[in-house]
Amino acid sequence: MLVNRKLILAHFWLAFAAFGVALALGAWQMFIRSPLGVWLANPELYYRSLTAHGTVMGYVFPTLVAMGFGYAISESALQQRLVGARWAWTGFWMIVVGAVMAMIPVALGRASVLYTFYPPLIGNVFYYIGVVLVVVGSWIWVALMSINLRVWKKANPGAPVPLAMFANVAGSYLWAWTAVGAALELLLQIIPVSVGLKATIDAGLARVFFSWTLHAIVYFWLMPTYIAYYTIVPRAIGGRIYSDTMARISFILFLVVAMPIGMHHTFADPQVGAGFKFIHSAFTALVALPTLLTVFTICASVEIAARLRGGRGLFGWITALPWDNPMLLALAFSFVMLGFGGAGGLINMSYQLDASIHNTQWITGHFHLIFGGAIVIMYFAIAYDLWPHLTGRALADLGMVRTQLWLWFIGMMVTTFPWHWVGILGMPRRMAYFDFGDPAIAPQALSVTFSAIGGFILLTSGILFLVILARGMRSPVTDAGDYQFSLAVHQPATMPIALNSHALWVALMIGLTITNYGYPIMTLALTEGTSVPAVYVGAQ
Amino acid sequence: MTAEDSHHGADIAARVERRWATVAVIIIVMMAVLAAFAGIHRATMPQPRVETTDPSRLHLSGEFVESNLGSVLEANGAVTVRAIGQQYSFTPACIVVPSDTPITLRATSADVVHGILIQGTNVNTMLVPGYISEQLMRFTRTGDYLMPCQEFCSFGHEGMWGKVRVIDKAEFANRAKAGGRLSCVGQ
Ligand SMILES: [Cu+2]
Repeated sequence: MLVNRKLILAHFWLAFAAFGVALALGAWQMFIRSPLGVWLANPELYYRSLTAHGTVMGYVFPTLVAMGFGYAISESALQQRLVGARWAWTGFWMIVVGAVMAMIPVALGRASVLYTFYPPLIGNVFYYIGVVLVVVGSWIWVALMSINLRVWKKANPGAPVPLAMFANVAGSYLWAWTAVGAALELLLQIIPVSVGLKATIDAGLARVFFSWTLHAIVYFWLMPTYIAYYTIVPRAIGGRIYSDTMARISFILFLVVAMPIGMHHTFADPQVGAGFKFIHSAFTALVALPTLLTVFTICASVEIAARLRGGRGLFGWITALPWDNPMLLALAFSFVMLGFGGAGGLINMSYQLDASIHNTQWITGHFHLIFGGAIVIMYFAIAYDLWPHLTGRALADLGMVRTQLWLWFIGMMVTTFPWHWVGILGMPRRMAYFDFGDPAIAPQALSVTFSAIGGFILLTSGILFLVILARGMRSPVTDAGDYQFSLAVHQPATMPIALNSHALWVALMIGLTITNYGYPIMTLALTEGTSVPAVYVGAQ
Repeated sequence: MTAEDSHHGADIAARVERRWATVAVIIIVMMAVLAAFAGIHRATMPQPRVETTDPSRLHLSGEFVESNLGSVLEANGAVTVRAIGQQYSFTPACIVVPSDTPITLRATSADVVHGILIQGTNVNTMLVPGYISEQLMRFTRTGDYLMPCQEFCSFGHEGMWGKVRVIDKAEFANRAKAGGRLSCVGQ
């Protein structure tokens, strides 16, 4: 039952349009800093572009996908018309206004602070207010997801909450709490300085606040992808979920342990002591657990589908899989990129290993593989799967869909592998250009060139994706039927309360964050004389 | 599949799941206890290791005045290097150090966030204004190393490249005899 189709389509279209623009900027950036491009007469344009790319890809695009997908899940999994549709539209328009408000100063070169803000660099206040509006708009979605679940529970006392909705609400709570770190940084520190109420700011404290958001936000980006792994893929390839319970445990683990680990982003920072760095490192290791559970459960689910199709033997079932099914293709690509990206992530989070790659191009390679690769390719898959139900029209050209997915996978490999390599060689990130004429840098020129080519393969794939969706709005009318989620092999009839509600886990999430962040933040806030003069961007 | 098979399968799945859930919960509780223990016992604290400095007064007095920047040979044979980063260069722009010697790098920022990375080594630290970064290092190979600023520090970031010159231990000792602070700027 999808009633508010326009609402969901609006979220997806805005998400993907913004994604298309940011993708083009990304490809341009890679061209300009490669030996293929000419040096910019004004390198400052590069940082404007980088700020826009990061802000859209980090805050606007995944948030809108999670929201649109969340509304679709709420209506179709609960079989219940969305409660608060008018509020949902309010949230949507807040994001539109916020995104436009943020992008104007960025385009004018008045807010080139990148999406990680970097105080004491201070940009135009409208950039920050725009970002805050985007976040507040998304908090309306969080509230709506919670309210819709509550309404459903009242109507279905004691019944197991459908897995897709259980995960969706967990993702929304994770986001609400994750965003608090950056919100505190913006509201307490940056915005007062950017409007001129204060002239100094504690840059070290700001970095700790931001690290609160910066790691867990990745798990928020990941949530729609994991929901698709569990509740779309098995159905789309004719299988079943191996274990509904395992799925719930994975989502609960993300909720609890993804939050209090962000300080591994400050391993090289002078304002955090060794102890908390170590604790956060240990916690980060723990986040591998839900991903390992997921890889196990999803592989088992895919094997079930293969055996139902007549697959035999220890590995023979793999050939029985429907490899021409875009959903399976997307899943396979996503898992490969998650594997490489995850291995890189374990290196980043290691207290000692991080030193060799901290802030190099390796990091860019790592998170593009995880977010741009493993996560975004499943966003594509989600859109392809939902589109016929949202538009009432079939997506006819599956060959084009497969080409698009292949191009994205190849493009991501060609882009990120050379980045990892030059990162090991010590190439710093976020630079407008490199002097490849310097004999010490010249050997990296070839790798950077490959990355730039990868960027254009990605751009081609992204354009193809938009074309497929746009064509899907005009293809012949079809009845796609009810939107369904995968069923488990053993569909639960009852559910223990711990696996059917979020309260306990949200309490643990908040408690762990307070133990892991409360003390360092308090100490930093109470240390005298660490505030430094603000440096205004674009000031003459 | 008969009803009995299905029932049996469900039992196995439930058992496996319960085991996983137990392990996961135990780990989470242990981590929580660890974090709380470290906090309450003051076993691991940010504060004792965190040093602060006022970036607006660096040039007036204290450790990072201009005359104190560069490399110095300590009485015990170790070397201390002091440097600052500011938009868009390091001071000194060329750091000279001996090979096979324990070296302490002490650095800070005079304005925004910068980073020091010495290519081909694991020396990699952030310079956050208001705080002093300290890093231990040791070089076995002589020669020049590039030292880019690895953190975005506004529009001139791409031009912020320093250099580290590692020279033979004896040669360094010879040059240090004259006293003062060494660098390879202009050489
Ligand atoms: Cu710099």
